[in-house]
Amino acid sequence: MSAVLKLLAGRLAISLLVLAGVSMLIFAIARVIPGDPARIALGPNATPEQVEKLRQELRLDQPIWLQYGHFLSDLSRGELGTSLYTNRPVTRDIAQFLPATLELILAAGILMICIGLPLGIVAAKNEGGFIDNLVRVVSLLGVSAPSFVWAVILMILFAFFLPLFPIAGRIGTQFDVPQITGFLFVDCLLTGKLDALADALWHVALPAFALALSGIGQAARLTRANMVETYRRPHIEMARSYGFPEWRIARKYAFRPSLIPSLTIIGLDFAAMLGNAFLVEAIFAWPGLSRYGVAVILRKDLNAIVGTVLIISAAFLIANLIVDLLIALINPRIRHGRDRS
Amino acid sequence: MNRAVQIILSRPLSIAGSVLIAVVVLSAAMADLLAPFPDHRGTVVDFSNFNQPPSRQNLMGTDLVGRDLFSRILYAYRLSLILGAVVLALAVPVGVTVGLVAGYFGGWVRFVLMRTTDVFLSIPPLVLAMSIMGVLEPTLTNGMIAVTVMWWPWYSRLVHNLTLAEREEGYVLAAEIIGASRFHVMFREILPNCVPAILTKMTLDLGFVILIASSLSFLGLGVQPPTPDLGSMVAEGAQYLPDSWWLTVFPGLAILVAVFGFNLLGDALREILGTEQ
Repeated sequence: MSAVLKLLAGRLAISLLVLAGVSMLIFAIARVIPGDPARIALGPNATPEQVEKLRQELRLDQPIWLQYGHFLSDLSRGELGTSLYTNRPVTRDIAQFLPATLELILAAGILMICIGLPLGIVAAKNEGGFIDNLVRVVSLLGVSAPSFVWAVILMILFAFFLPLFPIAGRIGTQFDVPQITGFLFVDCLLTGKLDALADALWHVALPAFALALSGIGQAARLTRANMVETYRRPHIEMARSYGFPEWRIARKYAFRPSLIPSLTIIGLDFAAMLGNAFLVEAIFAWPGLSRYGVAVILRKDLNAIVGTVLIISAAFLIANLIVDLLIALINPRIRHGRDRS
Repeated sequence: MNRAVQIILSRPLSIAGSVLIAVVVLSAAMADLLAPFPDHRGTVVDFSNFNQPPSRQNLMGTDLVGRDLFSRILYAYRLSLILGAVVLALAVPVGVTVGLVAGYFGGWVRFVLMRTTDVFLSIPPLVLAMSIMGVLEPTLTNGMIAVTVMWWPWYSRLVHNLTLAEREEGYVLAAEIIGASRFHVMFREILPNCVPAILTKMTLDLGFVILIASSLSFLGLGVQPPTPDLGSMVAEGAQYLPDSWWLTVFPGLAILVAVFGFNLLGDALREILGTEQ
């Protein structure tokens, strides 16, 4: 176990370093804005004095390295400044909108794993056959359209043409779930409202599937490729010659080693979904970060842009750490500390 | 070359990909000839004929101000392809150089360059492009800049990994022993061996650049009206579902067709050039 911990500590250190880099990059991007953010925030009718006052409040009159220093000291106190768009602390805005987005992404991630991996396994078992080719085409199609196009197509098919799923929103208006954590599923469970939970799941299904589609394809293709390769390895032949049942060979000797590269791609897909969630949320009127993110970008709301990107990147790095941990736990070479790659 | 033709012909999917791309490129190149209403790419308004379903006159229907959707999609293709080509032409040389230098020099040069690459790669791609677009004015040129800034790190990571492997090969050692300059070893010896992988990725990426660019304009952060763009067409039409389905379905399918074509072609290329990952 200590080998796993050591590896994780190393990864954590690198992640923190990268996150510091991200904060510098996004801070630099946010400060090269052509035009005066203070003037844009106050509108065309503001007096020069008002603009100057806001510039001082935003510390725009100071050199950029000083601004970054202030930003870091704010950050160490858990503050990201005030949004010029909502006039509230950025942390409060994000805390309000992020849970809905995370819930959507988590649902999509579960769909991706539960559909993508089995598809890949089935394709590998029928290598070169009809199902294999079908999975190939479906997975190529999945990555070939942005998720907002899939959202539109799914909506037309399964919400309008066949009215199976709701068109928009996170939950029906007839339900009143008190906000405890902000995560709707958790809140439903905590208050014991199972009918509300069912309704929330019904609402999340279509947007989550639209978001997951490209990931499903990638996970399926990679799992297929790895399974096919693993099946050609000698240890499978040995297991067969021992007379192990085929399902046990598939599960224990072929699937487990093949899972490791698939987990890596799932981690990468998580990053893509953090961005693509913006697109799907816009179509399904999902009350997540999307509308806020686009609004603050269009209004050049510096604090909110920096804060949002930083939180999203942190979420991505955490997801990757979890993937690293899972890989370390699955891979006996890492678990027993023989392989540090 | 013979083998390439053989592989393409032996697999129906590669043929399909080549045909799709041929159709997309030709329709973009000959938009002026093919479009029934070439002037509809601009600010034409025809309220007597607005929001019409597909008909013989307007193959894909008309939009909210009466412009022919088919003509606009042809011109949007042209714009998307140009954008994709420009982005790759800018991002690939930068990424390849960074990857080569990092992989060949090693040590602290590699540490700094690859950690910088990691920083760019750990902001979700679309989010990075969005925030760059946010600080710039939403125009076509700025869209290209934003997508380029998010795209080069992928090539630097790819070429870095390839260089690490190639650096140990005998031919590199031989060149070094006869006193070839570092520049020569990197660009004349190692780079040619990375070309197949780079080409494969570029083919796939041409599709993905189109996809990301359309996502940006879908969010209102890309090409601005009245310039025809597939992403903003979908965004505009999404409010009029399901009645005016053609407003979203045709531009959406247009993106799908183009990206799918490049994916199929890139897949075939991967096999021809032997760059299976």
